[in-house]
Amino acid sequence: MPSSRATVVIFPGLNAETEMLRTLSLAGFETTTAWHTDTELPARTDLVAVPGGFSYGDYLRCGAIAKVSPIVGAIRAHAERGGFVLGVCNGFQILTECGLIPGALTQNAHMRFECKDVFVRVHAEGPFTPKLDTVWRMPIAHAEGRYQATPETLARLEGEGRIALVYCDASGAVTDAANPNGSLRSIAGVYGGASKNVLGLMPHPERMSEPALGGTDGARLFEAAFAHLGKRAA
Amino acid sequence: MSAPPAPFPGDRPISPELLREHKVSDEEHARIVAALGRPPSYTELGVFSVMWSEHCSYKSSRLHLRRLPTKGPKVIQGPGENAGVVDIGDGFAAVFKMESHNHPSFIEPYQGAAPGVGGILRDVFTMGARPIAGLNSLRFGRPDHPRTPELVRGVVAGIGGYGNCIGVPTVGGEVQFDAAYDTNILVNAFTCGVARTDRIFYGRAAGLGNPILYMGAKTGRDGIHGATMASDEFGGEDAKSELATAQSIKKGERSTMQVGDPFMGKLLLEACMELFGADVLEGIQDMGAAGLTSSSVEMAGRAGSGVEIDLDLVPRRAKHMLPYEILLSESQERMLLVAKKGKEKDVIAICKKWDLDCAVIGRVTDTGRWVVKATPGYDPLAHAPAPREAVVVCDLPVGALTDDAPVYDRPRAPVTLRSGAPRPEDSPVSSDPQKDLLELVGSPNLGSRQWIFRQYDHIVRGGTIVKPGSDAAVVRVPCERDGKTLWKHLAFAVDCNGRYVELAPEEGAKMAVAEVCRNLVCSGAEPIGITDCLNFANPERPDVMDQLARAIDGLAAACNALAVPIVSGNVSLYNETTDAGGRRPILPTPTVAAVGQVHEPEHVVTQWFKGDGDVVFLLGEIAPERGLGGSELWVRRRGAVGGPPPTIDLDAEVKLQKLVLSLAQARLLASAHDLAEGGLLVALAECTCTSSDARDDRGARVELSLPADPVLRTTALFGEAPSRVLVSARASDADAVAGRAREMGVSCTRLGVVGGARLAVEIAGGASIDVSAAELRDARARCLDFVS
Repeated sequence: MPSSRATVVIFPGLNAETEMLRTLSLAGFETTTAWHTDTELPARTDLVAVPGGFSYGDYLRCGAIAKVSPIVGAIRAHAERGGFVLGVCNGFQILTECGLIPGALTQNAHMRFECKDVFVRVHAEGPFTPKLDTVWRMPIAHAEGRYQATPETLARLEGEGRIALVYCDASGAVTDAANPNGSLRSIAGVYGGASKNVLGLMPHPERMSEPALGGTDGARLFEAAFAHLGKRAA
Repeated sequence: MSAPPAPFPGDRPISPELLREHKVSDEEHARIVAALGRPPSYTELGVFSVMWSEHCSYKSSRLHLRRLPTKGPKVIQGPGENAGVVDIGDGFAAVFKMESHNHPSFIEPYQGAAPGVGGILRDVFTMGARPIAGLNSLRFGRPDHPRTPELVRGVVAGIGGYGNCIGVPTVGGEVQFDAAYDTNILVNAFTCGVARTDRIFYGRAAGLGNPILYMGAKTGRDGIHGATMASDEFGGEDAKSELATAQSIKKGERSTMQVGDPFMGKLLLEACMELFGADVLEGIQDMGAAGLTSSSVEMAGRAGSGVEIDLDLVPRRAKHMLPYEILLSESQERMLLVAKKGKEKDVIAICKKWDLDCAVIGRVTDTGRWVVKATPGYDPLAHAPAPREAVVVCDLPVGALTDDAPVYDRPRAPVTLRSGAPRPEDSPVSSDPQKDLLELVGSPNLGSRQWIFRQYDHIVRGGTIVKPGSDAAVVRVPCERDGKTLWKHLAFAVDCNGRYVELAPEEGAKMAVAEVCRNLVCSGAEPIGITDCLNFANPERPDVMDQLARAIDGLAAACNALAVPIVSGNVSLYNETTDAGGRRPILPTPTVAAVGQVHEPEHVVTQWFKGDGDVVFLLGEIAPERGLGGSELWVRRRGAVGGPPPTIDLDAEVKLQKLVLSLAQARLLASAHDLAEGGLLVALAECTCTSSDARDDRGARVELSLPADPVLRTTALFGEAPSRVLVSARASDADAVAGRAREMGVSCTRLGVVGGARLAVEIAGGASIDVSAAELRDARARCLDFVS
């Protein structure tokens, strides 16, 4: 059986591709990259990862310029075929701008960039989040991670089990104090796609994926996707 | 040429007034005329004024900087290039430098600090190194000064704004608040990168006929005379002493402020990495201070060549720019390249991929002259540009601008201390150590820096092994070659306490070097090199000059003792303001940043206690007689820096550092933390409440046997004498630690045992302390509430 293949898409200004590529390969993926001016993904791509950073300097609005890049059509088609798409941080912002995930990410309530470890709890099961109520510790590093959506959208996301991750404290309790950016309903990650095959999240699981980095909780998310793809292929 | 180049339309005539505006003294003007055999043109005067500015020429400090030790078996490149280079083995090198952006940051904190980070990043990656970590050292005025909160917020956001976007982790730094910085803040930024030793690039315009290319952002009028401004004081009764530029800023004509664009910086970085790999470059340099002028002059100077540049070809974004303006612009995010002959097309293709402007603007000559041409009336931005017919606007010997720049042996006179001679009866006494401890750990100078560190992406690239908040940060660096990845671990720290330097310039500077290296060994790293940033007031004042010279002697003595070379650095002078309140110089602040190498990842040690039952030792003297001079306790109790001048015994320091590193490398340490500001009790408190997850905090039970004399006792508890480290070790390793200390001649006192959730300190014959780690953590966390 050929190994699952992950393609990391590079937009100018993204800067978190190193840790994304490493974490994907530690989880078992064969990895490759695509450039923003490409119009097709590399053959046999199973998972597209859009890493964090500042695509096009985040000028205009985070992700707003990336969404008109040539590669986006290919990412969209991949998602529509049921292919996995993962957007982390700026990647999440880009996926919401592209409409692959509902809602929007706005400036943190405290108006500052913030980099620190937080806790998230699995709020809906899916290919990347296999077990409900699991609590993971992972870092955030963003200025614009406050998730917002209309009440109707929020109700639909809740009803369809698309709220993948919520911020919580170490014990798993979802509190205002544990919400680092003022996100509605403490939302940290959201599923898109017909079969929850698209995931966007603000925390960086790829920066908490080795003991040397302070923990391995983030690796679980990649391992789950890898296992899911393996089962699907079998 | 016996006459200057013909005036360019728009040039101003040379006059005594114009010389003053350019900060060129009559004597310097005479030197210029002698060097050229004719008077300079307006453009040439501008070029001399920036190249001979303090910022570019180091004219006041150069004579003294020669005393710094800059060589060593691992040094590949010392001072004089864009950054220093030190071998880290297996064909890789650490490339690092620190630079100041003090003056602009006080004028506009965000846009002042951000290009400071961008500039130092470019200095490092121009040498072929991918930047892997940044640090910064900040000084602000007293916390209750009206501008302090705004300056802190702006500078921190500016550093984060640039570093976070370009994707280089800011892994640590230090901050001090003192009234001496009320009107002159300091922003010193450090970057380290890693390069292959066979792919180190230098700022050299070598190879007759090689093309010179301009790459990056277009040139505008921003930042003209930034370098000269950085060599000037603020204020002054005599408005005429201000630069013409400073007046024109006020009039809104233009800005000496450069504006950074980290996205463009990121594109430049990635394009440069590709250029380095493609083997198309002969030399490369950032257009930093004094822009196109200094980069092209310095590149020709280092190669012993000449250059010829055609300004008509320079990409620009402002209309009707004069040669003077194009040459002196400090627009950010620009690089000057010398390509290998015939490789221009490859360079341009790579720039195009990264959406960067790139143009051939000149060529390397062998004339030893710096020749600049431009066409009068030609403007590429005009609808119908005039035909090009370039004439010479500058024709100068390269040497006159570089090696033959003035070097001053400025007069020196010993400092009269602001605080006056110390009187024993002024010594503060702690009658309630617990209260004093809580006050100190929660004070702006000693409390937690996490509010700042959280605004920096300190984990981007996924290599940060020890995050900011321990003695030193440690970064794991993937070193790739021939498809194989080797991991190198580098540690970083930055230090200086200007209060010690104020009281004792030489000893204080030694202490800065000792502490920054101590921070590294406490983290399990061997110090391999230092970069410095010498921030002082006006060197034309004999007492300031004396401080500077003595501080350099101190740096040299400590670097020699510890066998760590200084491989790069920067000098920032004129950090003083004269206003209605009189003259306000900063504390002399010779900031040093050090890079260490952790030879095995298992050697890494952090500062916080780890396990119940671990034994706590103090390595070094427990009750030194000195230590309150310049201490935080002294300043808080007496309202000003004062006390007996601090001293350091470098022999003892060397022994201590060897011991700590050997213990770390033998994996005998559970934690190590150096005693610094706040002394023994504050260090103990920090060991109990600074782990990265509060759930991992560990208290300790400690017994101290101290002198009965109240001043000596206070000195032992809160004095800041150097050469001391708190370590903890598993109980089974305790004898080995004590034994090794004995063998290596370092005093070692068993203080107590790690455990529980409280710090309990029994002081024989005196008060006791019993406070929870959570309370200490909360107090530390609130220390910057006045900013946020």
